[in-house]
Order: sequence, then structure tokens, then C-alpha cells
Amino acid sequence: MASALSSVLILGGLVAVLYLAPGGAQVRFFFFNPHAMWASFVGNANLGLSSVGVGLLTNIWMFLISEVLVLIFGLLIAWIRMSRSPVLFPFRLLATLYSDIFRGIPVLLVVLMVGFGLPALQLGFLSKLSLAEYGVLALTITYSAYVSEVFRAGINSVPHGQLLAARSLGLTHATIMRRVTLPQAVRTVIPPLLNDFISLQKDTALVSVLGAVEATRAAQIYASTDFNFSGYVVASLLFLALTIPMTRFTDHLIARDRIRRLAST
Amino acid sequence: MEPVLEFNSVVKRFDGNEVLRGVSLSLHKHEVVCLIGASGSGKSTLLRCANLLETIDGGSISFFGQSLLDERIDPDLVRRHVGMVFQSFNLFPHLNVLDNILIGPVRGLRRKRADVLDEAMALLSRIGLREHALHFPDRLSGGQQQRVAIVRSLAMQPSLLLLDEVTSALDPTLVGEVLDLLRDLAHNGTTMLIATHEMNFAREVAHQVVFLDNGVLVERGTPEEIFTNPEHASTRTFLERVR
Repeated sequence: MASALSSVLILGGLVAVLYLAPGGAQVRFFFFNPHAMWASFVGNANLGLSSVGVGLLTNIWMFLISEVLVLIFGLLIAWIRMSRSPVLFPFRLLATLYSDIFRGIPVLLVVLMVGFGLPALQLGFLSKLSLAEYGVLALTITYSAYVSEVFRAGINSVPHGQLLAARSLGLTHATIMRRVTLPQAVRTVIPPLLNDFISLQKDTALVSVLGAVEATRAAQIYASTDFNFSGYVVASLLFLALTIPMTRFTDHLIARDRIRRLAST
Repeated sequence: MEPVLEFNSVVKRFDGNEVLRGVSLSLHKHEVVCLIGASGSGKSTLLRCANLLETIDGGSISFFGQSLLDERIDPDLVRRHVGMVFQSFNLFPHLNVLDNILIGPVRGLRRKRADVLDEAMALLSRIGLREHALHFPDRLSGGQQQRVAIVRSLAMQPSLLLLDEVTSALDPTLVGEVLDLLRDLAHNGTTMLIATHEMNFAREVAHQVVFLDNGVLVERGTPEEIFTNPEHASTRTFLERVR
């Protein structure tokens, strides 16, 4: 009861600010204009206006492909960094450098460097990709570095006794990794991995700086044509529709895992 | 007859700290040897050296006359013949009881799952946990988990079983069921090297009792000799303390 009352008060207060603030009417007109929101959502081919809704499909395929690639490269880099073989030393060094560098550079700069740099290098097919494909490449490069650390932490979280037991059964290093370590690491890895994927989904918006027409870019075009920013709100709502279910799902997994761990001790 | 396992003046150091100082010991087929001594006396380290979980810094170890120091030896291959059970069970929590037992023979020895299944179920029946075959380890008590860990090693049909204080992490009421299983194994002629704090158990099943103190093998003999008439003062002090 008290929680319902406080919720109504707080939410009502926020709406009231929008209505009562001196600039409230203007904000409503420029950001929450139903007509402009609909117009930007559907676009208008005759006027050369891209649809924010169609643009979002570009965001979706960019993050879907990036996520698959990130899983593969992230695991590969984690694997290399955790290898022991002296032969792999140069690879270990490269993998370490890689994850240090790309966790340290803002994603926007990586997008710009890949999107404008690779075409200039004239490297065969690598210089002939579409703008959205350069976006996928840039996001994959950056997020593989983050995700490799998530994998590494997950693998390290498997208790040492598990390795001792597996080794004393005479299982080989590769079999232990595949049958003992990774299956246990996956459980701890999923929530942080999903968190990284949520930011990856949002960061597809950065590809707009290359001129790829995705949701953000479409909203920008609408804003500069109609001098109305409601398209940005539409794009934000569309992103929320994608990320909120995933955020809720991640929190649910974390809560479930916590309960399980409390129950087992 | 050739000993199953032979330690010859084995030396092991951790960061310059000598944990084993020239330990010599041999173990024959069907023999049960119990290692006794305070925590940190080197019992666990000696066991780990025997299946190459640790590399030694001096001396030699041989398994059926074959030196384990030989660089051509594949440690994974040796470990398939030497079972080891740990204080903390270390069952694989993501696999059910049956798969815990099958993983060694199927993934290590590359035997067909269907061929090993009957053996695994027979082992589970032997420890009275047949109906738990499809349960996950977290559903089992400590004593049950440890018994599963023991048959997981047995499923590899090892020539030698190493047991590292397997009852030390157990609730006192659950120690009995694990020791009963070990007694059963001893009567059936399983070759075992057991590090233990259970003196009555050692006295009952061991053919040979070895007292380690600070990495040195102080004294060895039949249970009778060690427990009723120890030669060394340090053995007497230790036995009085644990009694």
C-alpha cells in the first residue's frame, strides 16, 4: 500500500515537471510530439526520410552478428591467455596486448578508425564492406576484449579441486577444459556476459557516425528535416523495448543463482 | 615380486622449503599402507607425487619398475592407472552421479558408454547408491559424495588407489560408512596408499603403517609395532597426542 502510494507520487511528480516547468510545453512539442513520433517511426521515402523503425532492424542484425562473433573471439582470446605452452608465448603476449588496448579505447574511436581507416587501407574485401559491416567489425573488436575477460574470470572461478580430480582421472587438458571447466564456468559467466551484450546492443547506435542508416541515424535525419527531436525519443523507446527484457532476464538469473548458492551452503 | 609403487629418497621443495626430505617407501600388490603424521608432515604431498600432480626435486619414483621421471612418460597415462580420492570429494557438480563415474572410462579411456554403464551401476549398487544414479552431487550427504568419489576412481580399474584424508572433511556420524567401504576394498585386495588421521582404522586394515614427521619418514612397521611398541620418541609423542 505504502509502496503503491509512493510510486504514484514519484511518477506523478515526474510527469508534473514535464507539464508545469516553464519550458514544459516546448519540450512536449519538440520531444514528445505524437505526430512527429509516428512520422519518424514510419519515415517517408518520397521525402527521403528514413524510418526509425526500419533503421532499428539494422541495429538488430548488427548486434546479433556481433554477439556471435564476440562469443567466438572472446573465448579464443581467453583460451590463448590461459594457455601454458611455451610455444604459444608470442600469442599470449599479443592476446594480452589486445585486451589491454581495446578495453582502453572508447568504442566511438574504434568505430571511427575501423569505418574510415579500413577502406583507406585498400585491403581487398576488408576495404569494401558496407558501413554497417564496419560497425559490426568495430563492435566485435571492442567487445571481444571485454568478453574474453568475462570468460577468463569464469574459468578461474572453477575450484582448483575440480582440476585435481579431473587430472587424477587421467583426462587430458583439452578434455578437462571441455567437459569439466567450461560447463561450470558458463554458469558464472552468463549474467556478466548478458550485461556486456546489453551495452553492445546500445553501442550499435555509435555506428551512426559512419553514416550507416540505423535507428539513431534515421532519427537524426528526421530531426534535421522537421526540426523536431521526437524521433530520438522513438529510437530510445525502441532500444528500451530490446534491452529491458534482457536486463530483467539477467537480473532474474543473478537472483536465481544467489538463491541456489545460499541454499547449497 | 616387483613393487607396484616405489619411492626412493624422494625430495620435494616448495619455495625452498623442504616438504619431503628423502622419503623411501615401497608398496606391493594387494598391500594397504597407511601414512600417519601431523598435518603438514608431508603425507598429502607424497600422495600427489605418486600420480604426478607434483613433480619431485630429488630421488625417484617408479611404478611397476618404470621410472616416473622419464620424460617420455605421459602423466595422463600414469594417472589412468593410479586412482586418487581427495579430502573434499571434488565430485563434478554439473554432472549427475552416474556421469561422474562414467566420465573417466568414457572420456579418458575412450570406452563405449554402453559398455561401462553396467560396471558403473554395479559399483553404485555396491555402495548402496543405485537409486541416486541420476541425482546431482548436491543432493547427497558428504558421506555419500565421498563414496561416489571412491567408486569414480575405481571405475578406471586402477592398479593403485591413493586416498588423501578422505574422512577429514566429514561429519563424525558419516565417517563410518566411508571407512566401511575402504575396509571392503582392503579385504578384496585393492592396493591402497592411505593418508589418514583415523588411527583405529589404520591399525585394523593396514599391512604397513608409516609415520612421517616434518617430511622425514621416521618409522615404519606393522600396525602392531607402530601402535603398541613404537621405537622413536617422536612417534610416541604423536600417538599420545592423537589418542
